[in-house]
Order: sequence, then C-alpha cells, then structure tokens
Amino acid sequence: MTSVPARPVEGRDASVVSLVGVSVAYGSNVVLTDVDLEFRAGEILALLGANGAGKSTLIKALSGANSRYTGEIRIGGAPVHLGSPVAARQQGISAVHQKVADGIVPGLTVAENLTLDDLAQASRHPLRNRRQATVDARSALATLGLDWPDSVLGQDAADLAISDAQLLVLARALRSTPQLLILDEPTSALTAAEAERLFEVLRGLRARGLSIVYVSHRFGEIEALADRVVVLRDGIVQSESVRPFEWHGILHDMLGRATDVEHDRGGTQRGTEVVAELRGVRLFPEAAPVDLEVRRGEVLGVLGLIGAGKTEIAELLGGLAKPLAGSLRLRGEDYAPRRPGDAIAAGVVLVPEDRQRQGILPGWSVLRNITLPFLRESSVAGLVRRRFERSRADTVIDTLQVVARGPEASIDDLSGGNQQKVVVGRWLSAGPTLAILDEPFRGVDIAARREIGARLAGLAADGAAAVVLSSDVDEILEVADRIVVLVGGAVELDRYADEVDRAAVIGAFLGQTVSSSPSPSSSLSPAPEPSPERPSNVQP
Amino acid sequence: MSSPSVVAVRSTPGERISAFVVKWGFVGVTVALILFFVITEPNFRTVDNIFGMLKFIAPTAIAGLGVMLAMTVGGIDLSVGASAGFAVSIAAWTMVIGNQVGGVAVSVVLVCGLLIGALNAFLIVIARIPDLLATLTTMFVIVGLKLIIVDGKSISSQMTLSNGTTAPGKFTADFLWLDRGSIGPVPVPVIIFLVITVLLWFLLERTRWGRALFAVGTNSEAARLSGIRVQWYRTAAYMGCGLLASVAGLLLAARIGQGDVSAGNSLLLDAVAVALVGVSVLGIGRPNAWGTALGAVLIAVMVTGFTMLGLPYYAQDFGKGIVLLIALLFSFTFSRRRTVVTAGSTTSSS
Repeated sequence: MTSVPARPVEGRDASVVSLVGVSVAYGSNVVLTDVDLEFRAGEILALLGANGAGKSTLIKALSGANSRYTGEIRIGGAPVHLGSPVAARQQGISAVHQKVADGIVPGLTVAENLTLDDLAQASRHPLRNRRQATVDARSALATLGLDWPDSVLGQDAADLAISDAQLLVLARALRSTPQLLILDEPTSALTAAEAERLFEVLRGLRARGLSIVYVSHRFGEIEALADRVVVLRDGIVQSESVRPFEWHGILHDMLGRATDVEHDRGGTQRGTEVVAELRGVRLFPEAAPVDLEVRRGEVLGVLGLIGAGKTEIAELLGGLAKPLAGSLRLRGEDYAPRRPGDAIAAGVVLVPEDRQRQGILPGWSVLRNITLPFLRESSVAGLVRRRFERSRADTVIDTLQVVARGPEASIDDLSGGNQQKVVVGRWLSAGPTLAILDEPFRGVDIAARREIGARLAGLAADGAAAVVLSSDVDEILEVADRIVVLVGGAVELDRYADEVDRAAVIGAFLGQTVSSSPSPSSSLSPAPEPSPERPSNVQP
Repeated sequence: MSSPSVVAVRSTPGERISAFVVKWGFVGVTVALILFFVITEPNFRTVDNIFGMLKFIAPTAIAGLGVMLAMTVGGIDLSVGASAGFAVSIAAWTMVIGNQVGGVAVSVVLVCGLLIGALNAFLIVIARIPDLLATLTTMFVIVGLKLIIVDGKSISSQMTLSNGTTAPGKFTADFLWLDRGSIGPVPVPVIIFLVITVLLWFLLERTRWGRALFAVGTNSEAARLSGIRVQWYRTAAYMGCGLLASVAGLLLAARIGQGDVSAGNSLLLDAVAVALVGVSVLGIGRPNAWGTALGAVLIAVMVTGFTMLGLPYYAQDFGKGIVLLIALLFSFTFSRRRTVVTAGSTTSSS
C-alpha cells in the first residue's frame, strides 16, 4: 500500500478493509459467492457459519493464504492483491489460525517464537541475536500489556500453557501493527477464565481502533464480544446484524430453512423396551452424570456441538472407552465392553466419526472393506469363504445402492458419499442390536443421506435400535424418532420428534449455549431472550 | 449427488505401458536374466545348478519372508540377520558344548527365535518404540549376547575349551541333514523354503488371520474399530519373523557345519531387499509371499550367473543394489497404485 486515496465513507465508521464481490471456486465447485463485506476500525465483527459454510475460505482469501479469488479486496479504499500471507501482513492484515500449536515452533524459545517472522525476512542479519530477539519480544508483548519475565522468554515455547501460547501467537500477529486482525476460533482450546482474559485483550485492541474479525460458533462469546454478526451459509452472506442480536434469526440463517424431508418418513416411531442405557455416566470429568436410554424400534438422534459429549457416548457404547463414572447396561444386563470386539460380539456396532482415519482401508476392495469386521463369521476354521463374502458385499451394495463398478472395485475409486454407504452398510449388514453412527452424514450428499436414513428406519422397524450423533439440526430432524440435545455433557432435551418442532430443538440447543458460556466480567449485556419473530436483516 | 461416482478413466497408451511394465517388469527381468545365462553358460541350465541356486538362496529367502511378515502389519524387522547369526551360534553351542543331538538344537534355536521376536514385539507394541529403532537395538543386543555366550569364538567340533578339555559334542548327522539331505532330487533347504512360502501365502491370502494382518498394516485404527486385536497381530507378526529368521540360521549352521560367529552378518540387507522386491513383483503393491520368493530367486540367478561369468564378488552387491533400486522405482515412482510398504512407519501413497 503506497498511497491512500480519499476513503469512501460508507458506514458510521471508516471501513479499513472491504470485500467487493469476492468469489472463490475450486474447479467447478463454488465455495464463496459474491461476498460484499466491510471491516471497520474499532469494531469486532463476528463471522458465523456451519461447517462448510465458507468461513475458512473467506479467511484464507482475506489473509493472503489463497490468492485465487475473484472480485476485489480493498484496503483503505484502494484495491490490493493479496498474493501471500506475508503480503497481507505488509498490507496490514494479520491472521491467527485456529490451531495454536501450529503457530508455535517447539524447541525455540518464547522470545524466538515471538520474533519468528524475522527469520523469514531476507533483509535481517543472518546471525540471530539473542539479546535483540529478547528486546523485540518484549515490545511485542507490550502491545498486549503483558510483561513476561526473562525466565519465561527463555523457556521452550512448547512448555507454555495453551492460553499463554494463544497470547504469544496473538502478540506476534500484532507485531506488524495490523489494521485488521483475524481470529479463527481462538478460544477452542481455552478454559472460560482464559477466554475471558483474551476477551479483555481484544476489547483493549478494539478501543485502540483495530478492526477484528472473530470466527467462532460459541454464541455466548459473540454475545459478549461482537459489535456486528455476519452469517455465512453455502458461501453466501445470509445476514448481517448489529446489536442487540436476535439469536433465533441468526441461528436460522446459519442452519438454513427447515427442509420438508421429515415428512418423507413414515411417522415417528415410539420405541418399545430399553435396549441400552447409560446410568449416571459422566461424559467429562467435570460434567454432571447423564442418564440416557435407547429403545428398541427407534432411531435416537443426539444433537450437540463439538465438545458436547457425542463422541464420548459413541466411544463408551462402542467399547473404545470406559465410563468415568456410572455404568452401561445392554438388554437389561451390565455391559462393560473392554474393546471394540466385545461390543461387536454383543451386537453393538459403531460407525466412527472419521471415515478416512477410522473407517476405510484405503486400496482395499469394496468387498474386503465390507467384510473386515466379520472375518470370524465369514470364515470356517480360519479359511475365508469367498462366496459368503461376496454375498454379504452384494447385499450391502444393493440395499444402500452403492455406486461402484462392483464389489472388487477399489474403495479409493468411490465418492465420499458412497464410501460412507459402504462403511455404514457393512456395520448394519450383520443385523446389530444397536447401531451407533457418529456424524454419519459428514461430507455425504443428500441422496446418500436419505438412503442411509431409510436403512436406519428399516433397522429400527426390524426391532433393533440406532443412535445417530450429529451437530446438524436438520440431519437429526430428518432421521430421528426421538431427539436428545446434548450441551456440555448434559442432556438438555429428550423428546419424541413429533412432540417438538425445529424451533424448540434449536431453543434447547441455543438457550443453553448462550447462558452456559462464561459470563463476561464486564457484562456487556445480559443473555438475550429468544424472541419469536425473525430479525430484520441488515443486508440479505 | 446420485450420479455415478465411477468416472470411466480412459488411460493413455503411456499409462497402459507403464502399468504393464510395473506389473510384468520384474518377472520379465528375471526371465531375461535366466535366458541370458542359459544361453551364455552351458552349466547354468543343469538341474543340479537350479537346485544349487535355490539351496544357496534358501536362508536369505526365509529371512526375507520373515521381514515380509513384519511388513504386513506395517512394520519392519532389522534384527533378522542378527537373529539368524544367533541361531547359528546357539545351534553349535547346544550340540558341541552341550553335547545334545540335532533335534534338541533345533528346538532350542526355534524357541530363541520366538523369544527374540517377542522382545521386538514388546519394544514395539508395549514400549511403543518405532519399529526401525527397536529392531536396530535388538540387532545390537543379540549380536552382543551371542558373542558373550560363545566367548567371541566360532564353535567347531573337537574344539579345545578354555579349561583345556576338548568339546564333548559335534554337529550331528541329523542336524547336517538339514543342509545335505534331499528328498528325491530336491535338497532339504529348498523344500523348507517352498513349504514356508506356500504356508505364508496360504496364511496371508486365504485365512482371516492374514486378512487381519494386512488390515492392521493398512489402517490400524479401522482394524481396531472392526474388533481386530491389533496388538496381538503385531506381536504375532514379529514373533513369526523371529521364528523364520532362526530357521534361516539353522540352514546356515547346517551349511557351514560350525558355529561361525560372523554368520548371518550379510543376511539382513539381502532379506530386506528380497522383501521389498517382493512388494513390487506383479505390481501387487503390498508384501506377499510369492513375490518375496521370486525376489530371492532373482538374486540367486544373478549371483550364480555373475559367478559363472567370473565377475568379482563385489560386483554382486552392485547388482543387488541395482535390482533393489529398480524394485523401489516400480513400487513408488511408476506405480499408480497405493504402495503400502512401511519402514519406520512411513506410508506412501501415489
């Protein structure tokens, strides 16, 4: 940035950086469409969106990490091209990425980590000067009002507590005296007290005229911190609102309109006797004990964000973890699987969350992926019966309409949705008593999702039970007979799907998320009362 | 979307040629080499020579099959050479100093092999030391242990002991039969080599245990969630590898006829090379028994041929190096398939 032309004054505040018609496409896949946004001095703008909404893409374009965008990014009104993160930093845009650990070089001292950017600059003297680094590090910390002693500056940065590491990364981002600071889920690894410390720092920076973009899906934090909320969905800016925030509307904008797929299902099924139950189980060391029952003949949908305890439930039932407190029961008997094999033998199968890492065997055929958990069943005296395997694979491929050249095709050649059908299908093919599916629809297209949903309904109709764990309201509404909302390891709602509507589910989801989050010490405003009507969106 | 996920991939002629080369290259090289020696060296094509070659390569091949077994679970074993050397000295010690018959020596050696494998498994599975480092350490430990047991000396029949007496025992005839015997025209080492190859092929390709071993090597987390006892299979693979290395050592001991302390030293590199060549044979892209056996045969052909041509012994190492290089190029560079060869837990996919 060399010359600063007259600033166009478009809002109450001067806009520092603005996006004009910014779009990003990967091949034919458009992930960000025609985004117009302004970032104003002395303002904290919260960017909200579900997974895959385009938040990361937007941040990447804005911070120079992806230079292949179309449209214009203007700084102080002048169009610039941000070709790299270094270029963006020189133009006054700094970003702090989600994983703090990625920003820290273990083995280097705190001072060296604070001045890390100097290492990359050719103009710097090639010999590192420890004294100078300490001085520079001090001045960097001073921007946050921090005064760490020499003993801390000299220690290995890997030994810092996560919240201090977060501050280190933040101080480093502020060294280049940016006009715009981007924070991507900065509190995801922080405790409430640590987060509050960070908020104080951010409010101080705002007071000094910095423009801050804050990405988070913790509504409580945004309520405590943000001046403006922008909601992104499917790569499009859905709404933009200022204080006081109307959270119901914001969540609607985030998650999209209710789809009518719920009506596709043959009505809500009421489960009969209890198949599995959690009794007084603590999902986290500090969480309250949870009681949960799964009944025969129903699909139970468990809704919760990351960290709500969904995966913990899946791991307990699937034999991957032991309960911290309390006990599990299966068909009325004590159930304490010591390993996944025990759970499988007891008729409890788990479709794990991460298909690539936990589910499929890359390079193996569809058939062999399908029969892997049932090798004992499909072999006689250790000898694998090929005909048995073949018929098992054909059944899975037929029931879930897996698109593949055949059972011998490599799993690598299948699309994500079809891979997921293979993984789900293989677990359901053995006629389980209880099927647990952790985020089964992630990265799965709607057709595959419906086929999986139909298969689950069929499973329940045959007298088994299924538990679907998801962070997506619509997925749960689509497949579940009974809905449990889980927040912070506690059950917030447990109702049959025809007894609640979408708003009630979201309300349970939301009421708790806002009020249970750390209450800001400098209490800006009380937690909002969800109001029934939709918000007046500032911009569509 | 529900549109077909399998896009018909129209391969270019170049891709088809390279796929063909990857699949048949190694077999072709072996056949070409055999033809070359058959034509140039009249002695090469005798039945005696063919069995001689196979007998010569049997210990290497069997140790290589052991390494191959460790590779199926995504590991590697660098202690096979040392294990074989240990077996040579222990067999000699049992018979010559312990004055036992060959059957006892064989049993003792096989138990030692299983114990070495168990030690490797303990270090890798329980102590979680990376396979490369753990087996490297084991290699040093058992080489040193061997030298301590035999006082650093080769053990031979009628040797004078440190107390001035003559050693009571000798290499017994039944033990030497392991090398010198034959069933029909087929030497015993060749029979052992082929039987082990067939058994491993059967285990890996036809039984559920083999499937589980490969599952552990391909994606241990997915295998665990499928109810497979991952640690159990990894332990079994290393113990199997130790057992095969000690079988290789028995054949070496019977061939040498004494407890040569340097025996087995050169075995490691050949064994690993043979297992790696095995991965690339027929473009299979994963460890397999017949490929490993074929790799061993290729090296035997090359070494025998080089010897007949009167090339110096060090030319053999150069030749082996080139063979291995070609194998690795086939596996990693030219193959479009995912190659799952794991050494030090590096998985490459192409």
